[in-house]
Amino acid sequence: MFQILKLDSDINFMRWRGPAGIFSIILVIASLALVGVRGLNMGLDFTGGTLVELEFSKSVVASDIRAVLDQEGFESATVQAYGSSTDMLVRLPPVEQASAETLNNKITQVLKTQMDDQVVIKRTEFVGPVVGKELMESALLAMVVALICILIYVAFRFEWRLGAGAVAALFHDVSLIFGFYALSQLEFNLTTVAGVLSVIGYSLNDTIVVFDRIRENFRKVRKQAEIAITNASLTQTLSRTLITSFTTLVVLFALYFAGGELLATFSASLIVGVVVGSYSSIYIATTTALGLGLTRESLIPEEIEKEGADQQPML
Amino acid sequence: MLNTNPIWKVVLVIFVVAICALYASPNLYGEDPAVQISAARGATVETQTLDRVKQVLDAEGVEYKRLSLEDNQIELRLNDSDQQLPVRELVAEALGDRFVVALNLAPATPSWLESVGAGPMKLGLDLRGGVHFLMEVDMGAAVAKSEEQMVQDFRSDLREEGIRYKGIRQRSQGGVELRFRDEDGRDNGTRVLQRKYPNLVFTDTDSDTDTIVTMSEQKLKETRDYAVQQNITIIRNRVNELGVAEPLVQRQGADRIVVELPGVQDTARAKEILGATATLEFRMQDTKGDVAAAVAGRAVPGSRLFNDRDGRPVLLKNRVILTGDHIVGAQSGFDEYSRPQVNISLDGKGGNKMAASTKDAVGQPMATVFIEYKPTGKRDADGRPIFDKHEEVVNVATIQARLGRSFRITGIDSQAEAHNLALVLRAGALIAPIQIVEERTVGPSMGAENIQRGLTSIIYGLGATVAFMLFYYRGFGLVANVALVMNLVLIVGVMSMLPGATLSLPGIAGIVLTIGTAVDANVLIFERIREELRAGRSVQQSIHMGYSNALSSIADANITTFITAVILFSIGSGPVKGFALTLAIGLATSMFTAIVGTRLVVNSVWGGRRLEKLPI
Repeated sequence: MFQILKLDSDINFMRWRGPAGIFSIILVIASLALVGVRGLNMGLDFTGGTLVELEFSKSVVASDIRAVLDQEGFESATVQAYGSSTDMLVRLPPVEQASAETLNNKITQVLKTQMDDQVVIKRTEFVGPVVGKELMESALLAMVVALICILIYVAFRFEWRLGAGAVAALFHDVSLIFGFYALSQLEFNLTTVAGVLSVIGYSLNDTIVVFDRIRENFRKVRKQAEIAITNASLTQTLSRTLITSFTTLVVLFALYFAGGELLATFSASLIVGVVVGSYSSIYIATTTALGLGLTRESLIPEEIEKEGADQQPML
Repeated sequence: MLNTNPIWKVVLVIFVVAICALYASPNLYGEDPAVQISAARGATVETQTLDRVKQVLDAEGVEYKRLSLEDNQIELRLNDSDQQLPVRELVAEALGDRFVVALNLAPATPSWLESVGAGPMKLGLDLRGGVHFLMEVDMGAAVAKSEEQMVQDFRSDLREEGIRYKGIRQRSQGGVELRFRDEDGRDNGTRVLQRKYPNLVFTDTDSDTDTIVTMSEQKLKETRDYAVQQNITIIRNRVNELGVAEPLVQRQGADRIVVELPGVQDTARAKEILGATATLEFRMQDTKGDVAAAVAGRAVPGSRLFNDRDGRPVLLKNRVILTGDHIVGAQSGFDEYSRPQVNISLDGKGGNKMAASTKDAVGQPMATVFIEYKPTGKRDADGRPIFDKHEEVVNVATIQARLGRSFRITGIDSQAEAHNLALVLRAGALIAPIQIVEERTVGPSMGAENIQRGLTSIIYGLGATVAFMLFYYRGFGLVANVALVMNLVLIVGVMSMLPGATLSLPGIAGIVLTIGTAVDANVLIFERIREELRAGRSVQQSIHMGYSNALSSIADANITTFITAVILFSIGSGPVKGFALTLAIGLATSMFTAIVGTRLVVNSVWGGRRLEKLPI
């Protein structure tokens, strides 16, 4: 049998919970500060504006396009090479409604006549400023509602201290991803939000597996202290955590490199999230639950009954 | 004995997998280039149309795969995509402008699969290319127009009742202000109007003679709904002109309309067509003039020749009684003898004009002419688009009595025709303006590229995961891999079966992510089995305990992720929704394959007999 870990005794994870907690608090504060100071590089979905992605038939220089657009009155246009020297991305900030509707058509017309008559439009996007604001609001709402529903479910299924631990871990993960986006200035758009939300799902998955084992061991092992049982549970689930993180990361890197630019930002948020999420389910989620006074008694129901014990096994 | 499979479970798993495989299979067949023929406003596609198309194709010696008439549409499948454009030209010319001929890609699903309702997944615009518009109806303008109408209505109502007033005007901050001469006048006036318009709210001001009229919530909602509905009707008509095969025109929220046009690249032209204007005119028919002479080209003084929708000539007077911008509403319904009719209401000014023109024309026929300005695609010297004026007589009715602000057209053949006429009347009426608030275009090459990239990342992701599982868990890894592939088949099958499901690029990302996490359930189970083996349990005990102990972890973990997916789907929009859908489906199918599916295989290979070792 091939094993990543051959462990004879439990790893004393909780020995480092003090330093790990301080480390995480510093990271979270630093991330939030970064978001506050540098801000996120908000994509078109949220800011509103116009975007045109073009493929030229020959190699072009971004500054030439900018010069042509400048001349035609699009002073605020930004041009950037996108992947190769024939792919260009032109962006315009939101403007007054009346003219905005046809901006992408005008830009293409100008570039067609003045630069390259074989230019191909790969993608255009126009988002009105009002819609951008609404998309942002609905994205934020989705995140908050998701966190609340998860808290309720975990509190109902396990215990409120574990619920609070899970949400603390999620808050930690989401903050760090935001920090990552503020630091790297990668574009933050609707797809990124989907990425952040799947990190919530993934990290939670990890946390629940750990909690499940802690609950099981608390019920089974009567003699040891809480800390020792927690260490044992974390050790038992460690190889699973590593394997799943590994397979998920492999798949995410496939998306990052082969999925194209549109999916790259999405997978980047998930890659960060998977690493951070595995760490937080060990240190943030359990430490918080223990810190809130999780004891054996809180996990043992008055009437001890293993779920489904009175039923025929389904599988 | 432990770990044996009950027959019903074997049957269940085989049944589920077989059904999903069956419904997933149309995705393997690809698509045929096709030309789709549907009826324009008023016309219907009949077997004669089919025969005509067949005749033209045979005459030109065009080879095709299949020609069929279904759901009022003709589908002509071709062998080669190069044929599409010339064949469209050919058919469009032969059929004339009563039919819309559009290019399409028809799924090449074999007919035996089609007969059980199977078909490939629908692809989102980001994968097949096309335009997405989000339009917003200017509700301020719609409400203002309604209030303008109120002012005119109040004037004529008060005049009829003989109640004197000082002034009626629209307030800039909304609502209508009524000013009377004295308190009595106000009480009388509001009483009369209140009775007539129960949907309006009358509020007396501090001064004793004035009152403010506003719309009730109910009436406001109706006004808004009407404005959106009217715009949707008009946009649907215009989209038909574009010749798009599977357009989507749908209301979103209170005041928005989503328009999705797959395959359309020229957004400038699409916008022109969607923004084209249409209007209506009421004219008297010239019953004395010589139609034959007019058809022959001789001028008939005071009259002009029009055509109805079947191309029959109708001679109408030059003088226009009324134009469409006076129409406030048109509804189809039934008269007291249950015959179809259309009720039309006009604004105050329009009512007066109509009354004056029809006073002496009782017993004479009046025609409704629909005028549309269609963009030709050409531009004049200044770069402005050139429009083609297109006139058509949609109805001729005999005036039974002097007409006023509301009247009806009866003697209509069918309910469907009454409905159509009401639509046309509304399309030509004055509408609330709309503006585009969001627009996304994806070129066809980009769409194909996105599919390619999505497939590549699925293959890489799947390949790496399969290799790792095989290496790490050996025999059991193979079982997990079978489950993983089954899982993919199930996702595709369910996506193809769900009528509303659309696969988008973020959706593909969701599938790829599912591959990564689907093995998680098996990792949990296998690690647990290893633990039990290490703890010294027998092989069969270990398998049994491994599965049952891992179950609660797997269920809890998946349910919480499922909660996230459901929230994403209900709150999110566009890409987020597409991702959430595949994620949710993937969670459900991976639970099934990883727990039920692998157990079945494990039991039948290693279960129910004495073993010393397990390949895990």
